[in-house]
Amino acid sequence: MVKPKVAFFDFTCCEGCQLTVLSIGDKLLNLFESVEVVNFREASSYKGQDYDIAFVEGSIASPKDIERVKEIRKRAKVVVALGACAHIAGINAIRNFHNQQEIKKLVYGDKAWVFDSILAQPVDAIIKVDYYIPECPIDKEEFLRFVSQLLNNMKPFIPDYPVCVECKMKGNVCNYHKTIPIICLGPVTRGGCGAICPSSGNACEGCRGLIPDANLEAMEWLLNEWGVSAEDKFRFYRMYNSLMGMKR
Amino acid sequence: MSGKDLNIYVQHVARVEGHGNILVDVKNGELKEVKLEIIESPRFFEAMLVGRRFPEAVHIASRICGICSISHTAASIKAVEDALGIKPTWQTETLRKILMEAEMLDSHALHSFFLAAPDFFGFPSVIPMASTNPAVVKIAINFKKLAHDICDVMVGRHTHPISMVVDGFTNLVTEEQMAELLAKIKQSLNDVPRMLEFFSKIKFPEFERKSNYNCLVNHEMYPFYDGMISSSEAGVYKHRDYKQKIAERVVDHSTAKHAFGPVKPYMVGALARFNTNYKQLTPGAQEAAKMLELEAPSYNPYHITLAQVVEIVHCLESMSRLIEQLLSRGIRDERVERPPLAGWSAKLPPVKKSWGVGVVEAPRGLLIHEYRINDNGAIDAANCIIPTAQNLANIEADMRALIPKILDRPKEEITQLLEMLVRSYDPCISCSTHLLKVDFVE
Repeated sequence: MVKPKVAFFDFTCCEGCQLTVLSIGDKLLNLFESVEVVNFREASSYKGQDYDIAFVEGSIASPKDIERVKEIRKRAKVVVALGACAHIAGINAIRNFHNQQEIKKLVYGDKAWVFDSILAQPVDAIIKVDYYIPECPIDKEEFLRFVSQLLNNMKPFIPDYPVCVECKMKGNVCNYHKTIPIICLGPVTRGGCGAICPSSGNACEGCRGLIPDANLEAMEWLLNEWGVSAEDKFRFYRMYNSLMGMKR
Repeated sequence: MSGKDLNIYVQHVARVEGHGNILVDVKNGELKEVKLEIIESPRFFEAMLVGRRFPEAVHIASRICGICSISHTAASIKAVEDALGIKPTWQTETLRKILMEAEMLDSHALHSFFLAAPDFFGFPSVIPMASTNPAVVKIAINFKKLAHDICDVMVGRHTHPISMVVDGFTNLVTEEQMAELLAKIKQSLNDVPRMLEFFSKIKFPEFERKSNYNCLVNHEMYPFYDGMISSSEAGVYKHRDYKQKIAERVVDHSTAKHAFGPVKPYMVGALARFNTNYKQLTPGAQEAAKMLELEAPSYNPYHITLAQVVEIVHCLESMSRLIEQLLSRGIRDERVERPPLAGWSAKLPPVKKSWGVGVVEAPRGLLIHEYRINDNGAIDAANCIIPTAQNLANIEADMRALIPKILDRPKEEITQLLEMLVRSYDPCISCSTHLLKVDFVE
């Protein structure tokens, strides 16, 4: 069997998803046996220019990014968006709601003109993406399962039920029913993370994106029930899901 | 060699975190230009934090970097606590110290084994090393796994920790879990001799340039979590005074700002810490330094990798000590009396307009977060000074000193030495906005 050539590319992000891949441990070496890794800058200085599967991490946030990601699409047979920044623009999109000139000035002062940047966008705003691996950062187990399904010509499975399903299965007390209730986006957010944040005593912040046909009306009702102001709702959704519902 | 022209341009330097290029231009044997271009797209975290209520800052700040997210979390929490005058409990601080050391272990293992070591064997990556030096690669994987186990148990996961928040933890480890981790750490100490043997055989390039070494100092312990800031040229000062000592400057070729000290430029990171705080290393770590023939102070920037290896030993021993202290006191659930401040809906204590500075030692060096908080508990302004941003000017200064000394060598070798120099600093470009390639201009 010819080993499929795999490449990893990173755009605007923290590279935590590639690092998550690197930290898979023993199974990583097994994975590297069944594929040929031709581009993994984080881990290797070797750069191959032809590849079958391209994992793209990070948001598109500069004109150069656009050119680079188009080039990757041309060469790759399969493009996989890796992590929230590539999938839904994630945390990068928070800045889309600030005045771009002002924030450039804020960070780079009177040299702001030197640096080219555009609004942060998910990868599929620019090119066709075949598959998505959501979450910030990606889940190791999900990544391994995804890769093995892809290599075995199965349709990779990413859940489309909400986080609440897994949270209930873990036997957690619902965040809304705690003595000090925690506002949580679990009911509308895609599961698959094992409800990792609610299980660690935090709110679900929605990093896996919304489930298909999320019942946002019911969510609205729920947030109103708990007295969440319109301004706060914006803040919650704009943690990861700034671009929800946007036609691309 | 006089009269030589040399042009080097290395694009997207590999095995560093983020994107950067190295550019060198020599005309007639004279060094015209040397630049480390940072080409990562700007990320604007300082702007993203504006308008967020202070308990939310932590989870945004951690996303600055996938590899030092615990450090960013800690610096962010400390800035908020400094602003609000919150003094966390001994238990909370001890747990944070353990987490910082676990991250140090993870990051140093990644850099010294996976990113730096392949250079010395002529490999493009660690993957061929898995067949030539399987036992050594296994050690690195074990260390990384240990660090991740510690973080998974204590804060949910390593990259972007979940339960580590202002004034405590939303989810508390149990004594049984800590005892289990302690056993694993002790087990890992068995790997130390083989690691030292591996690194003691590596011959590092010879090059010396005395830098100004900056790091935290603390009379209690080799500090990662807390202390005063020390500069080997400008003395010791308080964290809140950093602005008088460190200035950030925007340079055209870098989306990461360069930071300059009073005596500019300066070095932060493992070697700066080793040179300054050598005496506070654990006995095993001091022994390790002797075996590696690393003496304080070392002025060779290629030795940063060795200093990291020494710190790996230190962190393993120091974590065991901290966990033993914790277990002898017993872990108490403090969340009832002092609910930690987390998430969007936390009930905020009354907040006055205030500002605070949080300083920690990230794996790559001094990390500073500064927030201004308004009456509503929202962040009005944020400033983050990242270790790599502080090292950039020093890397360029090192390259400027190194190039004339090696100019008579073949271009490939010069390029290799420059790339190795940049890599040895373990730059983290996504942090400092994202950094590294070598371009020789011909």
